[in-house]
Amino acid sequence: MNTLPQELRYTTTHEWVRIENDTATIGITEHAQSLLGDLVYVDLPPVKKGLAVGDDAAVVESVKAAADVYSPVDGEVIEVNAALNDKPELINQDPYGAGWLFKVKLVGELPLSLLSAADYEAMLNEE
Amino acid sequence: MLIFEISAKGRRNHLQSPRHAPEASDIPAHLLRKNAPLFPEVSELQVVRHYTQLSRKNFSIDTQFYPLGSCTMKYNPRGVHQLASLEGFLQHHPLTPASHSQGYLQSAYELQQILSHITGLSAVSLTPMAGAQGEFAGVAMIRAYHLARGDTARTEFLVPDAAHGTNPATAVMCGFRIKEIPTDKHGDVDLDALRAAVGPHTAGIMLTNPSTLGVFERRISDIAQIIHEVGGLLYYDGANLNAILGKCRPGDMGFDVMHINLHKTFATPHGGGGPGSGPVAANERLKPFLPTPIVGYDGKHYKWLTEKECPQSIGRLSAFMGNAGIILRANIYARFLGREGLCRVSEYATLNANYLMARLQQAGFTLAFPDRRASHEFIITFKKEAKTLGVTAKDIAKRLLDYGVHAPTTYFPLLVPECFLIEPTETESKEELDNFVNILIMVLKEAQDSPELIKQAPHNLPVRRLDDLKAAKELDLTWRDSQ
Amino acid sequence: MPFIPHTEDDVKAMLNTIGVNRIDDLFDEIPGHLRIRDLNALDSGLNEMTMSRDMKERAERDGGLACFLGAGAYEHHIPAAVWQIASRGEFLTAYTPYQAEASQGTLQLLYEYQTMMAHLMGLEVSNASLYDGASALAEAVLMAVRANTAAKEPRILIAGNLHPHYRQTIEALVRPQGIHLETLPYNDKTGCLEPQLPKIENGDMVAVVIAQPNFFGGIEEVDNITDWAHQHQALVIAVVNPIAMALLKEPGAWGQRGADIVCGEGQPLGVPLASGGPYFGFLCTKMDYVRQMPGRLIGRTIDQDGKTGFSLTLQAREQHIRRAKATSNICTNQGLAVTAATIYMSLLGASGLADVAKASHANSKVLCTALTALPGIRLRFNSPYFHEFVIECPCPADSLIQALLKKNILAGLDLSVLSPELNHCLLICVTETKTSDDIHTYANAVQHALQHILTAVED
Ligand SMILES: Cc1ncc(COP(=O)(O)O)c(C=O)c1O
Repeated sequence: MNTLPQELRYTTTHEWVRIENDTATIGITEHAQSLLGDLVYVDLPPVKKGLAVGDDAAVVESVKAAADVYSPVDGEVIEVNAALNDKPELINQDPYGAGWLFKVKLVGELPLSLLSAADYEAMLNEE
Repeated sequence: MLIFEISAKGRRNHLQSPRHAPEASDIPAHLLRKNAPLFPEVSELQVVRHYTQLSRKNFSIDTQFYPLGSCTMKYNPRGVHQLASLEGFLQHHPLTPASHSQGYLQSAYELQQILSHITGLSAVSLTPMAGAQGEFAGVAMIRAYHLARGDTARTEFLVPDAAHGTNPATAVMCGFRIKEIPTDKHGDVDLDALRAAVGPHTAGIMLTNPSTLGVFERRISDIAQIIHEVGGLLYYDGANLNAILGKCRPGDMGFDVMHINLHKTFATPHGGGGPGSGPVAANERLKPFLPTPIVGYDGKHYKWLTEKECPQSIGRLSAFMGNAGIILRANIYARFLGREGLCRVSEYATLNANYLMARLQQAGFTLAFPDRRASHEFIITFKKEAKTLGVTAKDIAKRLLDYGVHAPTTYFPLLVPECFLIEPTETESKEELDNFVNILIMVLKEAQDSPELIKQAPHNLPVRRLDDLKAAKELDLTWRDSQ
Repeated sequence: MPFIPHTEDDVKAMLNTIGVNRIDDLFDEIPGHLRIRDLNALDSGLNEMTMSRDMKERAERDGGLACFLGAGAYEHHIPAAVWQIASRGEFLTAYTPYQAEASQGTLQLLYEYQTMMAHLMGLEVSNASLYDGASALAEAVLMAVRANTAAKEPRILIAGNLHPHYRQTIEALVRPQGIHLETLPYNDKTGCLEPQLPKIENGDMVAVVIAQPNFFGGIEEVDNITDWAHQHQALVIAVVNPIAMALLKEPGAWGQRGADIVCGEGQPLGVPLASGGPYFGFLCTKMDYVRQMPGRLIGRTIDQDGKTGFSLTLQAREQHIRRAKATSNICTNQGLAVTAATIYMSLLGASGLADVAKASHANSKVLCTALTALPGIRLRFNSPYFHEFVIECPCPADSLIQALLKKNILAGLDLSVLSPELNHCLLICVTETKTSDDIHTYANAVQHALQHILTAVED
């Protein structure tokens, strides 16, 4: 687990968030992709969609499982990672980089529930 | 080889379809088909040989031990199949007036009575076409009941985390939100969590008892009380009815409505995926909402009851009356067994399960609930083997196929990691069970000595492990001429 | 003991291994207040011989009518090989093909079925079956609601000449999800949908449901309606008779873009009438919507050695994986009926199926001509039809039905069930199974019955 990027924030449902100014980039963690296995399909939200914390934002699907990705923040979708439509395996290969899912223009405060890398790691160790 | 690949242009069978059919000159040309569909052009012998050969690539109850948990793969009696396939039944059109349908209607009515007695519920509709549609009927009836009383606040359905996938999917189809209820470490519903979850929004709960974990929910009467006290109703998923026939009844446990899987408890064949039949039974409170049609009897004649006689019904679930042929089969099976035979079903199903469980425990397999009695099925887990040997439940399942027995249900319920849900059914002999134990012991030994052998299994079947990833990513769902 | 192989010695040994004295001890976790001791209100069991006599007598009571009734279930000739092969134990007594390596027979057959069905409908994909035609339509409606993201509200426009039981079934199955069902009216003279289509705004409707042929047997102008629906961003759901599709334009070719979802009753393809089931529902669609489909799908792939094989695919849509968010709650489907249909389609081939369709059509024309030549009988709707048509009689349709039943003829469906205005109307079906003798017997029986009924009225 020493690969956890320290600059990201995390959720208990295994999403990560990268905050840059008023934009949040969102993906799923290494741990989540390894549980799901080889991904075959990603359903991304439409651009302009408004999201609140906890809303269903995307679906990632493997051969034997499907998982909802919940929005970790409030805001509006401004961009999605279209490369995933043809290559969902990018999430397996590079979950924190080329496998990002979508970007949100933030509205209001960041939720307090977001975890630091250390807290997320502690949570994983408990599981 | 696909049937399309043995096709040759211009080959055709001449006895199976009419000859010299005239062209349909009165239908406007723009409404006619221009290109014939791509069907194979093959002889009768080629068809018979092709599909006979395909059939031989299947495992089935007729050819193998098939201890698939939650599916009740018991022997499907030949006599039942033959008598339900009598010409008079097969020719009978579903909309034939009742005066000329008394044979079928009587059989359906008798089955309604039998099911009502077995379940301890007062009325039955046979129309749902499988378990999941029976669930839909029952949950929709609960919804209709609340709405009929002007109670519109009940928007939530409770479903245990061990439930079959059809349960939450059904409640959502009926417009409810799902609340999952956890299971405690003995396999029972967590009552504290249940108490905390119920309230004025609770429409009802869906439960299986014995549960999908293969144990009897001992505090079922408490659960019923908790739900009824807040105004909710109880739905019983009858998939496991085989375990309790003649021993106890869902109606007495406090359930308001339930379905019965005729293709499990009543030995109708599964047909490689279906058909089934999922009659729904209800108590007095929910009876008015049963789906139509229902068979009525006035002491002389049997007749259909439809919307007219049942104005509060949730309505119709199919074009006609459900899977009538399966209903006939269940009637014949139930009357073959009679009152004594039906009680014996649960006795010997339970005996076989507990025997198999005891033998496997003695052989060193890990039981999920070692302090519990098995119902008609039980769970073993390969969590330990997965950790120490890197061999999963899936690997072991595949290796069992090599030895000519079908694998038990794997990875269901989701709650128990690396699990097998094993249901031997009452129609298997002690020898067959002993043989299965021996095979499992052998496979476990192989897993220890040569794990690679197991991870690569099966080795002796028409195909080896399939590339599911390719299947899902490069979807090939129909054959095209260009291939 | 019937179907239970245990000897007394077996039972003793088994109880011993478990460590209990009696079988009854195995039920000790059931609370005492819930235990029952017997099922004595039921009868004792019967043996095969007694049961055979009983069931034969029942079957005889129901059989023996010459069937001119259709209305959603159709009598066609079923070649001998169909059920002989479909009833093989390996097809009959297998479960759903979850263990792919041990189910290649069922899986390959279903892949071949999907192929034939998709080609018959002119679409790209077919699932492996739903329960029946009516419930398949309900699933198609739910699927359309998921697939059509352009629609503002979940409104569905349904042909008024759809089978009334189909309409009732969708009402029951989709109503709890707050979907609005509205009616597209049909013309009283033609029985077909009004050529003047209603004014709707873009995005008003999720989908339009069209039946081809319609409930009265009539053939719809499907191209116009399809294009009109697509112009308004509504999807087109076609409900079709699969045998008719060997003769009539396939839904994939309707209008500019083709129907989006096609469903219907598969029974005519080799499945007996059998009091209404088991039949099977089919559902086909375009590749774009495959992830919104309900039901099982079989894909072709390869095994570890590169050999072709078949397995269930896109299972993440289904309830056993997706649970509350599955595309449907369906689990058990109608596999065996599909097995029969696949064998049926293979045996007949495209030309055989087209001949069945043409012969049925031709036979129905012959009977219609004979009947409308009788005084007092007229064809109720003046549109082209497939193998069903409606006659208007000078008496309630039911009296004709009762008269013909006495001659062992099942005359058709009394349409007063549909609406009181149609109470003199009879829906009649003729398939390839009827000879010209059968047809003349029917026509003569009607003639006699009418003379009788009308003189009775005059008296
Ligand atoms: C526990 C349980 N509930 C419900 C079902 C659904 O029944 P069906 O497949 O007949 O729809 C099943 C069958 O697999 C089951 O095992």
